[in-house]
Formats: sequence, C-alpha cells, structure tokens
Amino acid sequence: MFPLVDTLGFAELTDFVIAFVLGVGFGFFLEQAGFGNADKLAMQFYFRDMAVFKVMFAAIVTTMTGLIVFSSLGLLDLDLIYINPTYLWSGVVGGLIMGFGFIIGGYCPGTALVGVMTARIDAVFSVLGGMLGMFVFAELVPLKPIMTFFNLETEGFSGRLTLWEWLGVKPGVVGFFVMLIAVAGFVAAEWAERKFNPKLQEV
Amino acid sequence: MNPYVAGIGLGLVLLLAYLISGRGLGASGALMRTVVQAEKVVSQEHVDNNFYLSKYGGDGQNPWHNWLVWEALGVLVGGLISGASAGRLHLELHRGPRITARQRLLYAMLGGALFGFGARLARGCTSGVALSGGATLAAGSWITMLCIFAGAYGLAWFVRKLWI
Repeated sequence: MFPLVDTLGFAELTDFVIAFVLGVGFGFFLEQAGFGNADKLAMQFYFRDMAVFKVMFAAIVTTMTGLIVFSSLGLLDLDLIYINPTYLWSGVVGGLIMGFGFIIGGYCPGTALVGVMTARIDAVFSVLGGMLGMFVFAELVPLKPIMTFFNLETEGFSGRLTLWEWLGVKPGVVGFFVMLIAVAGFVAAEWAERKFNPKLQEV
Repeated sequence: MNPYVAGIGLGLVLLLAYLISGRGLGASGALMRTVVQAEKVVSQEHVDNNFYLSKYGGDGQNPWHNWLVWEALGVLVGGLISGASAGRLHLELHRGPRITARQRLLYAMLGGALFGFGARLARGCTSGVALSGGATLAAGSWITMLCIFAGAYGLAWFVRKLWI
C-alpha cells in the first residue's frame, strides 16, 4: 500500500504539491523548536541547550518506529523507499566539515532557511555562504583526486545499506537499540542542561 | 514549543513523506539547484561540461523542476507561518556577547560555506542525511551524523569566543 507514490502513481504536479505541503510542516516544526536562532543551536555544543539533540532524536525515533511498524504490518514496502547511499569516507570528511561549519556559523541549511524567513540577518549570510560553498564544491569536484574521493566505495560498506542489513538482524532490533540510545541521551541531555546552563542554575 | 513535542511533530511529517512520496526531507539540495540555476544563466556550456552540475542542470533541464525544491519552498512558508504566529518576525542578529555584529555576519557566512561544501561532499546535510537517513537507519547516514556532531563538539572549545 505505502509508499503511495508507487501504488497510486501521482501526476508530477500532485507530487510537487505534496512536497510543498510536507515542507510547510517541516519548516513549521523547525521554527517552533526555536531553530531559527543560531545562538540557541550553537548552545548544543556547549551543553547549555540540548534542543538540537532532543528534537532530532525525538523525530528520528518517531519516524523510524512508524516505518518499522508499517512495514511489519505489511503496509509499507521498505524496498521502495529512498535509502541514502553509503559512501564511507566522503561521508566522514563531509560530516566533519559540516560540523565545523555548524559551530562556526551557527546554522545548518534547513535552520538557516527558517531563520531567513523570520528576518535573522545572520541566517541570510549563512544561506549565501552555503551556496558559495556548494559552488566551490561543484567547481572542484571534476578534479581527479576529489572526484575519486567523492565516489570512493568501501568494500562491504557502500551503496544502499541499512544498519540492520549490515549487522544482519531485523530492523526492529536496531530500532530498539536506537530507542534505548535516544532515551539515555534524553536523560543525559536534561542533566547536562541543569549542570551547564548558567540561566537554569540561578533558578 | 517543547523540544520533544516539536521533535515528534517533525518525525510525523517525515514519516508522512516516506509513506506518501517514498522519500525523506531535505534542505541543501534545493540550495545546490539554485546555484546550478545561477550558473546556467552565466554559461550553459560550463554546466554541460561539469559532470556534477550537468546532473542537475544539463542542457534542457530545469534544476528547479524537482521535488526537493518544492519541499524547500514549503519550508520557507512553514517557517514564516510559525514565526508569524509566535510573534517572532522581527529583524534580529543573534551573536555571542564577545563578538561584533560584523564579525558575526562574517562567521555566519564562513560557517555556511563550510557547511555547504561538506553537505555536497557527504551527499546531503543535517536534514537529508542526518535526520532522514538516520530515521531510515541508512548506515552511511549514521556515520555522517556522528561526524557532524564530532566536528562541532571538537571545534566548539576553540571557537567559544564566538558564542559564550
């Protein structure tokens, strides 16, 4: 039955309108979480405001649980949904560079878009910077060493690969451990905020 | 909004994206496509001669004619609706107490540029890879997510003057 796009075969315009509506929901909750504010986002990395972790892992657990439940009921074909392809080393280096960018600039691309719409001037600069960085990447990636690194595949750990396939277990097993990690993380996050946020200590 | 409530709301939107369209949400893809659109205006030939750019905007292809671009337009509108309803639509510049506004803008741009570069190298950003890929338990997405956190935490102490 799900995903509907494969069973119903939407017209392209319908698919785009659905994308737009889903985007509205995404932007709404990002802004509601307070993520249009770089100062709040950056505090994650000083353990003073753990909202980035809380929102992200609450979302991941919600979606993941839904996907696993729908699939185990036979309502969703997991083979038909898009699984981000694995490229180990470009994923590692790209991730580290994104992390550096996050703590220097205070935004990630999605939160910067929301910041722009709520008139945060720094968010405008973040989006412009982001496009500059993408321009530089696109101009450099045809160079042989960069292209080779970008497309480098690791034996046994590449392509369409999920954690449960890699570990050779059922999706629910990995899902259960992700839930445990999330709950432990939530407890640790609440503790960290009480310990490291000077504002909470005054109370 | 309580972060756990916002997270669950976000998760339900993402779940709907997979159930309806069979794919996750993103942010940097739409920005990349905007860059390609701009480069097309300057030189279509240049775009055609670059394997990466031509994938998005090769001859006759409109980079904006794409699911992710429509989704990102929605993000803009959703952010606006939320900000307006919460009374948060006023010109603001958030920065640490120890840097000037000009420095803040410079660092916002530099950080954005690094993020943009890294997002293309890792084939997606915090939305498309860490959140969406994380929820589908994609192996590489979890590696990239951990590296985003590692990079930010690793550098945080050295750049603390920017924020605290």
